[in-house]
Amino acid sequence: MEEMRVVFAGFGGQGLLFAGKVVAYAGLLDDHEVSWLPSYGPEMRGGTANCSVTLSDEPIGSPLIMNPNVLIAMNNPSFIKFENEVTPGGKIFIDTSLVNKKPEREDCEVFELEATNMAEEAGLKGLANIVLVGKMLKETGFCSYETIEAAIRKTVPARKAALIDKNLEALKLGMQ
Amino acid sequence: MAQAEEKIVYERPHSLAKFVTNYCPGCTHGIVNRLVAEVIDELGIEGETIGVSPVGCSVMMYNFFNCDFLEAAHGRAPAVATGVKRVHPDKVVFAYQGDGDLASIGMAETVHAATRGEKLTIIFINNAIYGMTGGQMAPTSLPNQVTQTSPYGRDVSTAGYPVRVCELLSSLDGVAYLERVTVDSPKNIRKAKKAIKKAFQNQIDGIGYSLVEVVSTCPTNWGMTPTDAFEWMRENMLPYYPLGVYRDVVAEGFANAAEAAAARAADCPIAMADNPQLAALPSKQKVEDAMNKAQGGER
Amino acid sequence: MAEKVLMKGNEAIAESAIRAGCRFFFGYPITPQTELAAYMAKRMPKEGGTYLQAESEVAAINMVYGASAAGARVMTSSSSPGVSLKSEGVSYIAGADLPCLIINIERGGPGLGSIQPSQSDYWQATRALGHGDFQMVVYAPSTVQEMADLAYGAFDIADKYRTPVMILGDGMLGQMMEPVELPEPRTELPEKPWATTGHGNKREKNIANSLYLVAEELEKTNFERFERYEVIKANEQMSEEVDCEDADIIVVAFGASSRIARSAVRAAREEGIKAGLFRPITLWPFPTDALKATVGKAKAYLSVEMNMGQMVDDVRLVVEGAAPVDFYGRTGGVIPTPAEVLDKIRQINEGLGE
Repeated sequence: MEEMRVVFAGFGGQGLLFAGKVVAYAGLLDDHEVSWLPSYGPEMRGGTANCSVTLSDEPIGSPLIMNPNVLIAMNNPSFIKFENEVTPGGKIFIDTSLVNKKPEREDCEVFELEATNMAEEAGLKGLANIVLVGKMLKETGFCSYETIEAAIRKTVPARKAALIDKNLEALKLGMQ
Repeated sequence: MAQAEEKIVYERPHSLAKFVTNYCPGCTHGIVNRLVAEVIDELGIEGETIGVSPVGCSVMMYNFFNCDFLEAAHGRAPAVATGVKRVHPDKVVFAYQGDGDLASIGMAETVHAATRGEKLTIIFINNAIYGMTGGQMAPTSLPNQVTQTSPYGRDVSTAGYPVRVCELLSSLDGVAYLERVTVDSPKNIRKAKKAIKKAFQNQIDGIGYSLVEVVSTCPTNWGMTPTDAFEWMRENMLPYYPLGVYRDVVAEGFANAAEAAAARAADCPIAMADNPQLAALPSKQKVEDAMNKAQGGER
Repeated sequence: MAEKVLMKGNEAIAESAIRAGCRFFFGYPITPQTELAAYMAKRMPKEGGTYLQAESEVAAINMVYGASAAGARVMTSSSSPGVSLKSEGVSYIAGADLPCLIINIERGGPGLGSIQPSQSDYWQATRALGHGDFQMVVYAPSTVQEMADLAYGAFDIADKYRTPVMILGDGMLGQMMEPVELPEPRTELPEKPWATTGHGNKREKNIANSLYLVAEELEKTNFERFERYEVIKANEQMSEEVDCEDADIIVVAFGASSRIARSAVRAAREEGIKAGLFRPITLWPFPTDALKATVGKAKAYLSVEMNMGQMVDDVRLVVEGAAPVDFYGRTGGVIPTPAEVLDKIRQINEGLGE
């Protein structure tokens, strides 16, 4: 596969690290080289949290992504911070329930969806992250549905197993 | 034919090694070392005992005893002893520390080992001066006491006040037993030995952290004869550091330090979450009375 | 083959240490090693082990001293400012010839510094973390898998040579997740007849000590210890080479910066520049022998580090002026980019053409 460098960015508490982990697990299950790196420290307390996930068939150099070819943005500050870092031809996914800044990149494919509103209306509050992963999977085809489902089953902690179905619903919502 | 039966009235305790100590003539370390060794012998625990020596005049205690020994960095004996005890909870671990080691550079280690309720025995030698380095001011040097680094006398307005260790530690829940003794007379030596033995027995019985403070002398650095030093100690140190029991959870009616701590925390739901036998415990008031008494010593 | 799982570097070290038979962890919270301690707090009680949050780094390392002398496999972990506090205890541990594992998940310094990844404790780790004549084995993993493997093996090395061992990681390696295959749990651990366990009236007393008032005695123990260091130097050097055989320019980098250097070297090769990567895995002993084998063939060296230039000293000591040794680094918690390193490689390459 072509190296996929995804930045998930937004507020702490939106499940960005979890979404990143789902994508990383999918890469592991498909036997790719995988790295996942969170931002950490005070910025995680409500500012711009983000995480970098790389899937590749070559050993991964820096796990810190400077030039993503996929960006998932879940708030304005994050979108402003990362929009211009995306490589030309990259894909940008915006949760327009929370981002009102208009995208300016014309050399990228931009996908806008009201992920947070969609999730809430479907009774899936808090799962906009996975709605966006669903959309990203549909547009990039980076793995099969079977793989991502298995990745979700791996990533949801055992004590929260009841949430697996909700996550799968959210995934399908994004894939529509 | 009738020969006088040989009767041994005094001999070297088995746990004390045949080694010439580095202690000065008239120093109380020799007495207290021996008391510790006698207690180890009497309890029959030499093979189960692991000692920790401090930095100070007793730094080379690992040579003076026949049990296993560790030499710790200055002030860290309670942390080192914690490490040993956590690995061997069934063994007897004691630390022997001076005032600079225990109450100055090692105060954090002292307080936290106590509040964790480490089942350790601490022997604390308080002679109000740094002996090994040649007579500097200690955390327990008295107001106006002249030392090499308080040549005009300890000025409390700049150097602050001495630390009363037993009083300080008596407020901590992990503590089972605190007693301040001295060794200036046969009677007091016997009392001191009794306290040291209790501090070891408490550990064997799993009752909690026990510390015995021995108000001591330093004839060399005080610049006095041993007898004058005792006289000075009685006159000046004992009023500041009154002898007595500062905490004894067993005497207060508890099985151990944990039970006393639980009684004191009886009104705190989260602290009591894992303590179903709350009703069986002595009342909180009883603990508080004991604590108040402890602050003033039991004389 | 065990299943691969996705784990943070910090967690992989912790799990691997437990599998190596470590049942005692003493530490104090600090970013960015937090997950390691948290993992231990969760796992140790389930393994019948001890997790103890000490009152300070100073106390933690002294608890390690006590537990190690008592015969246990024991470790502590921290990050740069906290490791400085441990230096007293590390010196005593080395002086008493006690084994233990110390983790440093480095952050930017000096002082309180930053919490971002850094390699600025290289000197501290390799020149001696503490006062006196001593060294310790220092490993520099560059992947989560290597963090797990080195943590597992570190206890054996520590016990074999009776020395403290350090794993020098950084915030990036500690925080990142990668697939990792964990080692099998150890069932047998080495005997430690020297440990202070209570003599049980069955043997002579044991003493853990670093005090020698007779200078000649201390000198003798230091001589003995340094003879052991020679054995370590002969047997334990570890390094990895990528495309070094025909390389004109050898980039030397360890840990996180070696990942960036690897990308840069790959890009340089794509441009036709003959670059290679030499990656020290042991920082002490420095992999002198393997690096020495490249001297005379390579035309230039470039040390890439996340500091102001520390390992470059060791590279120069090996190269001994046979070729120019250049340095590129970012500091304070800034991570260099492959593009920056590639630029530097190009620059050096142009110089070679003259």
